[in-house]
Amino acid sequence: MRGNRFNAGQDARSNPSPGQEGSRVLILNGTVIDPSQNLNKKTDVLIEDGKIGSLEKLSAADRSSADEVIDAQGLWVFPGFVDIHVHFREPGNEGSETLATGSRAAARGGFTSVLVMPNTTPPIDTPEMVRWVSERAKDESLVDIYVCGAITVGRQGQQLTDMMRMRRVGAMAFSDDGDPVSNAFMMRQALEYAQLTGAPVMDHCEDHALSCGGCMNEGKIATLLGLSGIPHSSEDTIVARDLLLAEEFGGRIHICHISSGRSVELVRQFKARGVKVSCETAPHYFSVTDAMVQGYNTYAKMNPPLRESHDQAEIIRGLADGTIDAIATDHAPHHDDCKNLEFPSAAFGIIGLETSWALTYTQLVKTKKLSLDQAVSLLTHRPAGVIGVERGTLKVGSMANVTLVDAAQRWRLEPKHIASKSKNSPFYGWDLESKVMRTLYAGKTIYNA
Amino acid sequence: MAKLGKDFIAIRDLPKAHLNYLLSQAKHFKTFFSRPNKQSPALRGKTIANIFFEPSTRTRSAFEMAGKMLGAGIMNLQMSATSINKGETIIDTVKNLHALGVDVLVVRHHIAGVPKMIADHIPIPVCNAGDGYNEHPTQGLLDIFTMLEHCKSLKDKHVTIVGDIKHSRVARSNIYGLTMLGAKVTVCGPPSLIPMGIESLGVKIETNLKKAITKADFINVLRIQIERQQSGHFPSLREYNEVFGITSHSLAYAPPHTIVMHPGPINRGVELSSEVIDSDRNVILDQVTNGIAVRMAVLFYLLTGAEA
Repeated sequence: MRGNRFNAGQDARSNPSPGQEGSRVLILNGTVIDPSQNLNKKTDVLIEDGKIGSLEKLSAADRSSADEVIDAQGLWVFPGFVDIHVHFREPGNEGSETLATGSRAAARGGFTSVLVMPNTTPPIDTPEMVRWVSERAKDESLVDIYVCGAITVGRQGQQLTDMMRMRRVGAMAFSDDGDPVSNAFMMRQALEYAQLTGAPVMDHCEDHALSCGGCMNEGKIATLLGLSGIPHSSEDTIVARDLLLAEEFGGRIHICHISSGRSVELVRQFKARGVKVSCETAPHYFSVTDAMVQGYNTYAKMNPPLRESHDQAEIIRGLADGTIDAIATDHAPHHDDCKNLEFPSAAFGIIGLETSWALTYTQLVKTKKLSLDQAVSLLTHRPAGVIGVERGTLKVGSMANVTLVDAAQRWRLEPKHIASKSKNSPFYGWDLESKVMRTLYAGKTIYNA
Repeated sequence: MAKLGKDFIAIRDLPKAHLNYLLSQAKHFKTFFSRPNKQSPALRGKTIANIFFEPSTRTRSAFEMAGKMLGAGIMNLQMSATSINKGETIIDTVKNLHALGVDVLVVRHHIAGVPKMIADHIPIPVCNAGDGYNEHPTQGLLDIFTMLEHCKSLKDKHVTIVGDIKHSRVARSNIYGLTMLGAKVTVCGPPSLIPMGIESLGVKIETNLKKAITKADFINVLRIQIERQQSGHFPSLREYNEVFGITSHSLAYAPPHTIVMHPGPINRGVELSSEVIDSDRNVILDQVTNGIAVRMAVLFYLLTGAEA
C-alpha cells in the first residue's frame, strides 16, 4: 500500500466568522458535552464575538455584563451538529428545497454546518458553480453551507472536473452523488488526482447493472410485493472496488450512506489495513428495515434502499466500534408530487435533518447501543474531520455553534415539526425521545423551540 | 362473518373464509352457463370500468363476459389511448372515472401496487386484474377453482409451478391461495428466475424439472416471456424448452393422473409442447371458462357488499 504522495490540504478555505463584534452571550448551568475535548461536565459557556470564550463557571459579574443569558438548566449543551450529506436542490429544483429552507431544517435539527451535494441542475462541476452556491448561501443560509463539487463534468463519469480550481473557491469534497463513478479507471484517476486537493472523494456506491432498475432491497419483502430488487452486492462490489483502488493508488475515499452490513465489514477490514477510508450511514439505515416498504410506502423509498435486520445490526456494530465515522442524513427533499406515485416511479430519498438527533438518541443511546459521547461524536467532530473543517467542537476560540437538547422531552413527529420545504419523512407518528430546543450559530440563536 | 372488504387486491390479504366463499359463489355462477338464458339481473344499473394499462385478451374479455352475465354495463378503457399519454397521473385519471359515476374499477397495470394505490384514493371498489409481479388474484382463484373440479380438497395435494417465478404475478397468487388451502407447492425454473426469499412463502424450490413433478397432482406452467431471454435471465428458448419445457417426454416423470394447466397465452414449443396442449392432459380451456365464473363472484361481492 502507498500513502498519499502529495501534500494534503493546499488552499483549504478559511471560513470567516460572522460573529457580532463585542457581543457576549452566556449559556448557564447546562451539561456541556463535547467529545472533541473529552468534555462532559456541568458548566457555563461564554460566547464572545461569536466565538467560544470560556467553558468555566461564570461569576455574577460576568453574568451582569452579558447581552443575552440562556438558561440551560437540565439541558445538554453540544457543539452544533455537522451533516456531511444533504441535498438542498438549489439551483434547479427550488420547488423541493432551497438553500434558505434547507438551512432552516438544519437549524431546527440542531445542525450548524452542512455539506451540500452537487447533483443540482446544473450540477456543481465548475468553480463558478461552487462560488455561486457559496455566495448565495452567505445571503440565504442560517448555517454553514459547505459545497461538495462533482468528480466528473456533468456527473457523467467521463472527464474529471477542475478539482483544484474548485477547491480554491471552497469545494470541501468531491462526489458524483446520486450516481457512482461507474468506470473503475475514472475512479482511480479521481482518487489519485484529488490528493492534490487534500479533499476526500465521496462515492455513492452502486453498480447500476446490478441494480437493474430495482426500486427497493432485493429480498423477501420485494418478492412479497412483486417489486424489482436492488441486491446488496450492487453496493458491496463498488465499496470493495473503491477500497482496493484507494489501497493501491492512495487518496482519501469516503463511502456515502452505507446501508449494507457487508459493506461495513469491508470498510472495517480495510481500515485495519491502514487504508485512508471513512464512511457514513444515515439514521434510517439504523432505525428501520425494508419491512417499512410494505403497503408500497413511497416515503420508505431511498437509494441505497432500506435493508434487512442483519444489515441494521451490522451498521449499529460499525457505529459502536468506530468503523462508521459519521451519521449523515442524506436529506433528500422531494415534493409530494414526486412521491404520490406508483412505487417504482416515485423519487428516491427522504428528508432527515429534523429527525436525525432524535432518532440517533432514541434508537442508539436510549437503547445503550452507543454512549452519549459516541453519538455526539458521530454528529459533530468526526464528520467535521472527514471534510477537514474546524467545526463540531466547543474548544475555546472556535466558532460558537451550539445545540441545546432536552433529553427528557418526548414528542411525536408530525408534519408541523418539519421546516424543510418538502415533507417526505417516513417517521410521522413515531414517538421520539430527546429534542433540540435551541440552536446557535456564531453565538446567534437561529432556532428556538 | 365479517363483511368482505371494499376492494379485491390480493389473495395474500384474503381471509381463508372469504376465499372459500368466493370459490363457492363461483360454483353457483358457473351453473348459469348451462341455462337457456345466461343473464342474471343481479348487477343491473351498475357500471364496471375495465382500465387496462397493459394488453390483455383473456382477462379483460372474461371480466366483460362476467359483467354482462350479471347485467352490468361495461366500459373498456384502453389506457395507452387516454390522457395518461398526455401526462395525467393515474390518481387524477381514476378520480375522473369516479366522477363519471362508474361503480367498480377493474385495473391492470404493469407496476406492482397500482391497484392498491388507486383503491386508497377513491371510495369505489377496485378489483386487481394483475399488477406487475405482485398478484393476479382472479387468475389465482380460477386456477384453484379449476383444480377443485378435479379433487375434493387441495389439502396435501402437490402443485408444481414451472417457469419464470420471479416475474410472475400468477405464481404469487397461486402460492398464496394454494398454501392457504393446505396444498404442497413446489416452484421450478432456472435459478435466475426464482426470486429471493420465495421459500418464506411456504413453498419448496426444485430446479430439476423431473424431480419437481414426480409427485405433482397439478402442474401449472407459466408463460415464458421472450424479453427475459433478451435481458439475460436464461440463454435461449431452445435451451429453456429442453430443460424446463413440459413435453410428453418430461411428463413421463409425473404421475399418470397429473393435470397440466397454463394461464395463457401459450408459447407453443417453448414452455409447453403442442402434443401436450392438444392432449387431454390439460385443462387450459376449462381455466378460461372458469375465469368468467370466478370474476362473476368477485364483481358480485364487490358491488353488492355480500356478506360471507
